Amino acid sequence: MEEKKKNRLKKVAAGLRQDIIRMLCLAGSGHPGGALSMTDIFSYLYFGDVLNIDPNKPDKKDRDRLVLSKGHACPILYAALAEKGYFDKSHLKTLRKFGSILQGHPDMNKTPGVDISTGSLGQGLSCAVGMALGARLNGQSLKVFAVIGDGECDEGQIWEAAMAAAHYNLDNLIAIVDKNGLQIDGFTKDVMDTEPLAEKWKAFGWEVATIDGHDYDQIEDSIQKAKNASGRPAVVVAETVKGKGVSFMEGVCEWHGQAPSEEEKEEALKCIGEFKTD
Amino acid sequence: MIADNVKHMLETEEKNIATRAAYGAKLAELGGRYENIVVLDCDLSGSTKTSVFAKKFPERFFNFGIAETNMMSAAAGLATMGKIPFASTFGVFATKRAADQVSISIAYTKLNVKICATHTGITVGEDGATHQAIEDVAIMRSIPNIAVISPADGTETEKVLEEIIKIHGPCYVRLCRGSAPIIFNDDYHFQLGKGTRIYKGDKATVVCAGFTTHIGMEAAKELERQGIGVDLINMSSIKPIDSRLLVESAKKTGLVITVEDHSIIGGLGGAVCETLAEGQPAKVIRLGVKDRFGESGTPKELIEAYGFGKKDIIAAVKENIG
Ligand SMILES: Cc1ncc(C[n+]2csc(CCOP(=O)(O)OP(=O)(O)O)c2C)c(N)n1
Ligand SMILES: [Mg+2]
Repeated sequence: MEEKKKNRLKKVAAGLRQDIIRMLCLAGSGHPGGALSMTDIFSYLYFGDVLNIDPNKPDKKDRDRLVLSKGHACPILYAALAEKGYFDKSHLKTLRKFGSILQGHPDMNKTPGVDISTGSLGQGLSCAVGMALGARLNGQSLKVFAVIGDGECDEGQIWEAAMAAAHYNLDNLIAIVDKNGLQIDGFTKDVMDTEPLAEKWKAFGWEVATIDGHDYDQIEDSIQKAKNASGRPAVVVAETVKGKGVSFMEGVCEWHGQAPSEEEKEEALKCIGEFKTD
Repeated sequence: MIADNVKHMLETEEKNIATRAAYGAKLAELGGRYENIVVLDCDLSGSTKTSVFAKKFPERFFNFGIAETNMMSAAAGLATMGKIPFASTFGVFATKRAADQVSISIAYTKLNVKICATHTGITVGEDGATHQAIEDVAIMRSIPNIAVISPADGTETEKVLEEIIKIHGPCYVRLCRGSAPIIFNDDYHFQLGKGTRIYKGDKATVVCAGFTTHIGMEAAKELERQGIGVDLINMSSIKPIDSRLLVESAKKTGLVITVEDHSIIGGLGGAVCETLAEGQPAKVIRLGVKDRFGESGTPKELIEAYGFGKKDIIAAVKENIG
């Protein structure tokens, strides 16, 4: 990736991270860890000319679709959508509040830019399979992206979807696994070991790339290859750090589902600021 | 008049406790007394509080990861081997997601699995619709062979656990995220199929369960102050339900208000309607979630917006008494 683009995306990512921290602090509850681990990839997808979308026409028929199957990580989706211009940034302050367009988990009927409602883990990839099948039937050349968690891969439905996607040769479907190594009760290897994860996807008939999910060259490379996959679906297994960008949250299980206090927010914003340029 | 085994909780404001917390502590205690108890969870042990048991008896605790359907059928398998499995996760996942596994592996087989689900009702709050179980009672109640129990406070939760461990067969225990006042004294005894009359009156019958019981008590107290005596019934045993108590009370009052943190379809309100339609037809007003999904908000805001708070109960009684 060009240095200029990389710096731009890193800057966007820093802004998204700050938005995540701010909105969660105001909400008083929610999930920072899995939102921060996906931020660099979201920066690339939404601001790196990847997704064919138009914030002024959120329902445009031929748009690319993005399914946040790990719905609890919605602060990153909301931050990206707001930054992109789907809705005014002031809405971020209403996250999880009564009457907000920004629900605790994504609601396609309330939030412009959300392609399907999620929150019950394991269902999103199946929805994405349906979208990809539909697009093909319609003769639309759009791509469907599905972002799933590594803990979420415990769900049998993920593998039912994986099987179906390969069976139907869905080369218009791209899955991204946020392999941050943590779920709620601890490390995925201790709670329910899904390793060897990449090999599992391979065995299910997918094209697999394993990358550092915070390295923009690798992100771009893998996503572009996945977009060009032919005859089968592609998955990017992104090795990430849960809580990435906020040193005291990085790799700490408790920051899965806990909002920062006012003080922690200030400290987090400082951490993120330092990451802006390098 | 308030019943004997009930604390005057509204005066004392004694320690509030969530029923899930009482569950976690009691389960760990029971684990010491019953060696055949095994506990299963789906990556939510910190929230369901089975983590207390897990710490004490790690060899009898199984984390199935985020795989509720697998957990339920595995619980059935463990039960066939002489274990008493307690399977816990959030209410939405225990019932909606794993409905067929619960039905076929656990209920059809009449296996001794205790499903103890937490985070039920819209009072789950900020997580929103996907995490608010508003159909769980309806689903579990419609499956044959399973007892459905919704304890009102920490004390009753403990008593329920003591009781269901002695019953052989599937049970669904509906627990809550949020804290509520302690209602019952230690000499309270829970019996499957029996409700408890907490306040006595003859103008209306108010039937509550779980998180709504303490709300109902506040309403009953206020109504009593205004000279309107009501029967306030805690119907923690939703299935089997205490039809005798319901029929007797409805015969006296002729007006029944049901209050539940659940859809008004198929839950406590539905069960009461079914019972009274056959036993003692009476006017029934169902307060609860009115055929819609939940949303994000604080429990307090949601109870108000969905219309099953103290003032809604009072209004329902006053508008409908003859
Ligand atoms: C079906 C289902 N079961 C349980 C949960 C509760 N839950 C929310 S997040 C989570 C852990 C998710 O772990 P992972 O997929 O690794 O997400 P990440 O680490 O990216 O946050 C769990 C168990 C849920 N939302 N859906
Ligand atoms: Mg994870």
